[in-house]
Amino acid sequence: MVSSQDQGPSMTGFSHYRTAFWAIATREVLRFVHQRERFIAALVRPLVWLLVFAAGFRAALGLSITPPYQTYITYETYIVPGLCGMILLFNGMQSSLSLVYDREMGSMRLLLTAPLPRWFLLFSKLCGATFIGILQCYAFLGIAAVFGITLPPLGYVAVFPALLLAGLMLGALGLALSSFIKQLENFAGVMNFVIFPMFFLSSALYPLWKMAESSELLHDICAANPFTYAVELIRFALYQQMNLAAFAWTSLAMICFLALAMWGYDPSRSKSS
Amino acid sequence: MTLQVSNLSFSYGPKQALKDVNLSVEQGQFAALLGPNGAGKSTFFALLTRLLTAKSGEITVAGYDLSASPQAALAQMGIVFQKPTLDLDLSVRQNLSYFAALHGLSGKLANRRIDAALDRLNMVERSGEKVRALNGGHRRRTELARALIHNPSVLLLDEPTVGLDAESRKDITDHVHSLACSGMTVLWATHLTDEIQMTDQLVLLHQGQILQDGMAKDLCDGLDLQTWFLAKTKAPA
Repeated sequence: MVSSQDQGPSMTGFSHYRTAFWAIATREVLRFVHQRERFIAALVRPLVWLLVFAAGFRAALGLSITPPYQTYITYETYIVPGLCGMILLFNGMQSSLSLVYDREMGSMRLLLTAPLPRWFLLFSKLCGATFIGILQCYAFLGIAAVFGITLPPLGYVAVFPALLLAGLMLGALGLALSSFIKQLENFAGVMNFVIFPMFFLSSALYPLWKMAESSELLHDICAANPFTYAVELIRFALYQQMNLAAFAWTSLAMICFLALAMWGYDPSRSKSS
Repeated sequence: MTLQVSNLSFSYGPKQALKDVNLSVEQGQFAALLGPNGAGKSTFFALLTRLLTAKSGEITVAGYDLSASPQAALAQMGIVFQKPTLDLDLSVRQNLSYFAALHGLSGKLANRRIDAALDRLNMVERSGEKVRALNGGHRRRTELARALIHNPSVLLLDEPTVGLDAESRKDITDHVHSLACSGMTVLWATHLTDEIQMTDQLVLLHQGQILQDGMAKDLCDGLDLQTWFLAKTKAPA
């Protein structure tokens, strides 16, 4: 018998990892390109919130000056980072849905039997999905600018790493969920129990201090929600500021969700004895 | 031995799917894993391909222990799954390129291997077509071509002819037999006896246990294979 330790890049080679990473990520993008409806739906959803919901709410909700803003802002401006977060959240869940679909249809087997560590294969898939989410965010920011909701020019550049981290965190959540959801039919539950609570119990639509005025409990829940920190990370980055607490919490949540996903996809966790 | 399985057992909760399975397949041998539906063939394949892992038993592929060196062992395997695993919206070549990249092949080397694999399966003229446009037989041939790109030592096929017409079944069965003749080790799971030749190694799996293992011509002892199979699997194991 051959005795070998073949877990690391030393045996299979760095170029193998690079080639596989590129192929997996490109395939995710290609799949997205083939689904034009998904791209349109991904843009229509936040645009409806921005152009309809926010317009209606503008009169009802007064916003005082809080960091990172240095002046009074319109409600539309306030919810732009939250809607970027919403795009990434939906994108993460969409990629989770496609993972469950892949597993039911069998195509996930091809990926999981590739001669590379499973964590690397799943991480490559996660990166591809995150890249798609970032593309959608930039398309959304572009359309928002056309409608007059603009941000500091350098903010569009500075927000990239924030979108990347937030996208990876939410994608990792989707990955973790997909390892526990066994059937496509169960996915509706994700909408009710993950997406909506995460989005509404966050600072995406209203600042936390505003939430505290109505309920301390709700405020505390919002403050514990990792999505809140993803949104705040994006919000500060758009104004070229670093929110260290948001960065730390988003990173921590990403690591936890990734660890959960890797545990969920561990073949030895199957119901065996 | 190119493929060696020792004392392999697996349970889904309280339900035992495989019990103390032992199997050896030598290089260049076509081994047919014959069993009725529910015998445990797909579970066995999931364990061989590390989609599942068992707490007891050992699997060795081309000298590599699957649990100690999973990547090295997987690199030696070509796999055709029971369920189709092609991306319908990509072309045949794109599907093969994706697989080649997963095995670390890119550029000219990958193209050469893909061309050779397509040529072997008479699929060259279809390489630009989207998989969605192919019939079942061509899809299966594409999957077989894909499984050969990285020159595996062991080819695993889990009921690869399910849903195909008689001609496509015969084409694929004959082709895989010819691969074994050229030195590749083949494990072919099936419940169809007409896919097995008398010179094949025949492994009968029933209710999670191996009932018989030997050369088909020796086991049948003059009996028609179908009759033998039905007689062996009629009584409880």
